[in-house]
Amino acid sequence: MLENEANPTISKSTGLPRKRFYRARAHSNPLSDSHFPIPISPSEVDYSLHYPQLFPSNDQRDKNKKIEFADIGCGFGGLLISLSTLFPETLMIGMELRDKVTEYVKERILALRVANPGQYQNISVDRTNSMKYIPNYFEKAQLSKMFFLFPDPHFKEKNHRRRVISPYLLDEYAYALRVGGIIYTITDVEELGEWMKTCLENHPLFEALTSEELEADPAVKLLSSATEEGQKVARNEGQTFQAVFRRISAAP
Amino acid sequence: MEETPVDEGDTNKDVEVAPALIALHPSENSVAVAVGSDLRVFDLVGNCAVSLVDESGPPYHKDSIRTICYGSKGQLFISAGDDKTVKIWSTESWRCIYNVVSEKRVSAAAISPNGLHVCFADKFGVIWVVDLDGGVDGNQPLVNKKAVSLLSHYCSIITSLKFSLDGRFLVSADRDFKIRVTMFPTKPVNEAHEIQSFCLGHTDFVSCIAFVSNLQCSHGFLISGSGDSTVRLWDILSGSLLDTCEIGDKVELLDSKEREGCHSAVTSLCTIADGALVAVAVQSLHGIILLNCDLSNHTLSVVKVVSISEETFIPTSLSTSCSTGYLWMVTGVSSLHNLGHSSLAHVKVMSGFNKDNSTANDVSVVEDDAIPGGTKLLEKLQGGITFDEKVFLAAAEAVKTAMSNLLTKKQYSIEKRDFRKRTRNDRKLKQ
Ligand SMILES: C[S@@+](CC[C@H](N)C(=O)[O-])C[C@H]1O[C@@H](n2cnc3c(N)ncnc32)[C@H](O)[C@@H]1O
Repeated sequence: MLENEANPTISKSTGLPRKRFYRARAHSNPLSDSHFPIPISPSEVDYSLHYPQLFPSNDQRDKNKKIEFADIGCGFGGLLISLSTLFPETLMIGMELRDKVTEYVKERILALRVANPGQYQNISVDRTNSMKYIPNYFEKAQLSKMFFLFPDPHFKEKNHRRRVISPYLLDEYAYALRVGGIIYTITDVEELGEWMKTCLENHPLFEALTSEELEADPAVKLLSSATEEGQKVARNEGQTFQAVFRRISAAP
Repeated sequence: MEETPVDEGDTNKDVEVAPALIALHPSENSVAVAVGSDLRVFDLVGNCAVSLVDESGPPYHKDSIRTICYGSKGQLFISAGDDKTVKIWSTESWRCIYNVVSEKRVSAAAISPNGLHVCFADKFGVIWVVDLDGGVDGNQPLVNKKAVSLLSHYCSIITSLKFSLDGRFLVSADRDFKIRVTMFPTKPVNEAHEIQSFCLGHTDFVSCIAFVSNLQCSHGFLISGSGDSTVRLWDILSGSLLDTCEIGDKVELLDSKEREGCHSAVTSLCTIADGALVAVAVQSLHGIILLNCDLSNHTLSVVKVVSISEETFIPTSLSTSCSTGYLWMVTGVSSLHNLGHSSLAHVKVMSGFNKDNSTANDVSVVEDDAIPGGTKLLEKLQGGITFDEKVFLAAAEAVKTAMSNLLTKKQYSIEKRDFRKRTRNDRKLKQ
């Protein structure tokens, strides 16, 4: 329940949660042990908690309808909110490591659902470490899109293994994505952009989209504009570097 | 240590003791025991102790050995562990023919069924492969080999590594409750990108895995033991959980004292008589639990608990060969600093297993002098034949603590977490 009057974290004019009450430290270490609940396996992800209007009961739900888009390191959730109305039939989830940020996104979605009845029912967020727990959320070939927008750069060489795109982690993303599924990456850090592109190019289970395909994909347009980080970069007229690749099947 | 795999930092020797390990040659030609940095091998055919030949000279390992195993053809043997060295031995000459240096401590290792590759896992969750150049010559001089990284469990300690029986898959189990099934590449230098499945269902660290052979399925069925007190049966192609066998209550029946609602972690398991029976070692249990594995019905069920009369014998590792009716057990620990003992090991054998006897009625502990190899073998593998039994209780306790320190997730109180965050070194640098 949202009590706008009594709750200073909710903006009176928009009814939406105010970001400044949900500030958290800028970086979390994805390598540390986690202390938040993780589903034991994808069948234990409780859809009725994430999408209550679509799945009133988790036990009797349609098991064929599954999450198809994942926004990894979703931050304040701008991309999910844009995708929600663009793909109203698709279930999507944001994965975010920082708990305060996750709470903010939860509140934001709840407020949008209240303000726009029937809408924003297909998006949700979970606090999790995507570098460790992707297989706990998604079955093999479950996803059709994965987004990595403005991930933390981890500049130092010895911290490269903390990067959310790496040759090893791509194996797991290839597992979660169906053949034909698409992985979207964008950054304003040139070196990281190079790194992500090179990792994807060198991986046998991914191939780059052609410029026509990029042109035709409505999700590509959101990469630089939909998220808070993207908007910040745009305001500062910063350059961005994107790499968008398709999951292909293994060579026989 | 909140970030165990990242900064190994303050290492307390007493909490890092390593359990004793045992491995049996697939045709029972020899049996090997590792205790601490000591590797001891007894030749069951020649009925004599084996002297290892390693040009790099003794001690062959400079810190605790964490994993030993024979290849399924029996020509190769590997030992590896905390000294970041993997040694590949010829079982014919018992010479060390390959030496591989690892960047990190080694936690698990396996030999491909065709004997052409060795894989090992380090403490950061990276799995490496060594190409043995098409085969082994038992008399070749020692060669230093380089390993190539193959795949990674993101910063999780890998506890067990096994090839499927047909060699098509490499299966790795970790501390984050996960078992990963990876297609083993035909050209292993190309890295292993294709994940066949994840076997998910355990609710605590996975400590051990083993394959059960089956005529209908060339890769075999997988069984796994865990800190969650269960043994589970899996189909590795789909990652489906076929059955879960709770063993916690069986241990409780036998040993009603000292349980503070804690789990009895499964520490070791091995398949007997082609997998119809599975022997399971459990923390605090002086004995083993025998499970029946029925692959036509996809079930795992407890057949019986075989207890060992000495209450101090809590096996730390089990092994058997595919051929005979013996189950080999060892209990022991690398070192107990406070007790002034080093490299304790105690070996026992159970007999009476045979293919048609799924009730395991004839299973019993073999008297020391009736063990194959007799007292000569015990002298070699244990380092002596008489010892103070009580020390083994302390040893079992130390192994238990070490395992939980290594594999169980720490739960910090809020205050403690905040304190840890404030005092973290990587934070300080930034400010
Ligand atoms: C720079 S922000 C970008 C956020 C958002 N995608 C955007 O474009 O505005 C990167 C986000 O990734 C999150 N993150 C970093 N590592 C993560 C991990 N292992 N699992 C989940 N989220 C992670 C961080 O907490 C942070 O919110």
